[in-house]
Amino acid sequence: MGIIDWATSPWGEDVPVHISFFLLWVSAIAGLLFLIIHAIWVRYFAKAEAFAGATPPALASSIPAKVPRHSLAARLFHWIMAAAMFALLITAFLPKVGVQFPWVTYHWIAGLVLTASILFHIVHASFWLDFKSIWPDKIDLQDGVRRLQRATGKNAPVPRRSGKYPLENKMYHAVIVLAGLSVMITGVFMMSRVRTPIFLRNPYLFGDMTWGMMYVLHGLAGVGLIALIMVHVYFAVRPEKLVITKSMVFGTLDRDHYLHHHDPQRWPVTGSSPEERQMTA
Amino acid sequence: MAIIRDIMPAFELFQPATTEDAQALLARYGKDAWVLAGGLDSFDWLKDRIKRPGVVVDLSQIQELRGVREVNGGLEIGAMTTLTDVVRHPVVKQRFSILSTGAEAAASPQIRNQGTLGGNVSQDARCWYYRGGWKCYRAGGNICFADTPTAINREHAILGADRCVAVNPSDTAPALIVLDAQMVIRNSKGERVVNAEDYFIGPGTDIMRMTVLRPGDLLTAIRIPSTWAGAHFYFEKIRDRQVWDFPLVNVASAAVFSGDRIERIRLAVNGVAAHPMRLKKVEDAVTGKTRDEATAEMAGKLAIEGAEPLRYNGYKIPLMRNLVKRSIRGVQEAAWAS
Repeated sequence: MGIIDWATSPWGEDVPVHISFFLLWVSAIAGLLFLIIHAIWVRYFAKAEAFAGATPPALASSIPAKVPRHSLAARLFHWIMAAAMFALLITAFLPKVGVQFPWVTYHWIAGLVLTASILFHIVHASFWLDFKSIWPDKIDLQDGVRRLQRATGKNAPVPRRSGKYPLENKMYHAVIVLAGLSVMITGVFMMSRVRTPIFLRNPYLFGDMTWGMMYVLHGLAGVGLIALIMVHVYFAVRPEKLVITKSMVFGTLDRDHYLHHHDPQRWPVTGSSPEERQMTA
Repeated sequence: MAIIRDIMPAFELFQPATTEDAQALLARYGKDAWVLAGGLDSFDWLKDRIKRPGVVVDLSQIQELRGVREVNGGLEIGAMTTLTDVVRHPVVKQRFSILSTGAEAAASPQIRNQGTLGGNVSQDARCWYYRGGWKCYRAGGNICFADTPTAINREHAILGADRCVAVNPSDTAPALIVLDAQMVIRNSKGERVVNAEDYFIGPGTDIMRMTVLRPGDLLTAIRIPSTWAGAHFYFEKIRDRQVWDFPLVNVASAAVFSGDRIERIRLAVNGVAAHPMRLKKVEDAVTGKTRDEATAEMAGKLAIEGAEPLRYNGYKIPLMRNLVKRSIRGVQEAAWAS
């Protein structure tokens, strides 16, 4: 049983047609195992969080009680993308596990919503938000190594507080960008293989091999998203992360949480008016 | 590609004598088991080596799956009843003549002697790309070879296409839909009864199946209620060769008239989509109307709304329109079907 299903094209070539769908179970089980292992680790083995440095009292007193973290536009994007992602996963994989319904139309409509929201996010994050804040920097990597060393019982300096996003968040974002862009780009092209009112059907847009690779990439990214979304939802509902989840609903973090976990030098919250603070968030 | 060979490929053959034994075998072997009824669809697949089941469960020895029984004013027809037996059964001919007409329109006398009603409604698509062994959507691939700009698709769908454009080839299916028949399905979990119009599924729901039957399921009987017994029936099939052929389009209707007024009607067509289509909109539109040319014309136009022809099957649109029209209005030359 391979991970890719192959076929013979009319020209006699062996071409991939799609992934083997047992991979959806592999992804789901991998996601579940991660959750179990992480939950056990946090419950029985993890040490208390410790961060180097402290915020000077003068600076701390200038931090508002509610620190703006996600603008309304960013939150709307997140929840619209989440709804589209769940719709895509449900329409893609429920039929594979035996729940039959006419899924294709719902799937491409949700795909278009996801595509529009991702395109909006790219423009919004590039020009209106701090684009660099979500990508790992040198300090993140150094502190990541330190935390790993300390978790495995080795001597290492206490890690510093993070910027707006901790390293785990940044790494997750990077992986979801890869998977999301893969399903989005391949999905848009795949719409030319089905009948929609948007694109003129053109099954000859690419050769059989290219189409096959596109279906495989779409499938791999799609099943990968099963585990990624499971992990995301798991962290969203973990008690110690609820404050972050709430910030995705209400837009703000508590000052205490901000001062404990985030370095005001790396994520400055300046200005006194909500509008000014929003610009930095 | 498929290579026709003279001998059957190797498989394990079971010939259970009871439905329970057949169910047990299907439950045990699941996806690896192939249900063999009359064999007329199956043998092509097997000899061409396109379908390669490890186990074949031959139902021919199960007597309880054969025969026509009168139940509560209606009929219960065993799934293994041959089409010839359906055609010749006196009660079918007298009260549900549309079914005998539809069954008689299927294939040739020799095939009807061997082919079963259960097999006729459960047969697979006849698209030659699919049956030729190409790995199309229906065969688990990612393309419909019949829906490409250069494809030969004269017999394919004009309605309800969703990636795959193959059509359902059954002649008895539309007749059973208009008779409001129920399909009795058994599996290891028990028995379920599905309305005939819900028995057939399109590619949007599952591109690799034409019916609701899943591995382990067994169609055991078809129940026909008395609802439409003795109604005014119309069945017409258009095919390339009159001697025997699959339908290009067929139409079936059952109607009750009050004078010239259409009191109630059921209408179904096949050969235009991946599943036989009940034309509910048309039924609603013509119910209560006078049975005349204007109503028939309106019905025909309504029936083809949303039709999308492929390169070579545009003729199916006027064909379907006219068949629906004739099924409402009736025609002299089709009096045999009434």
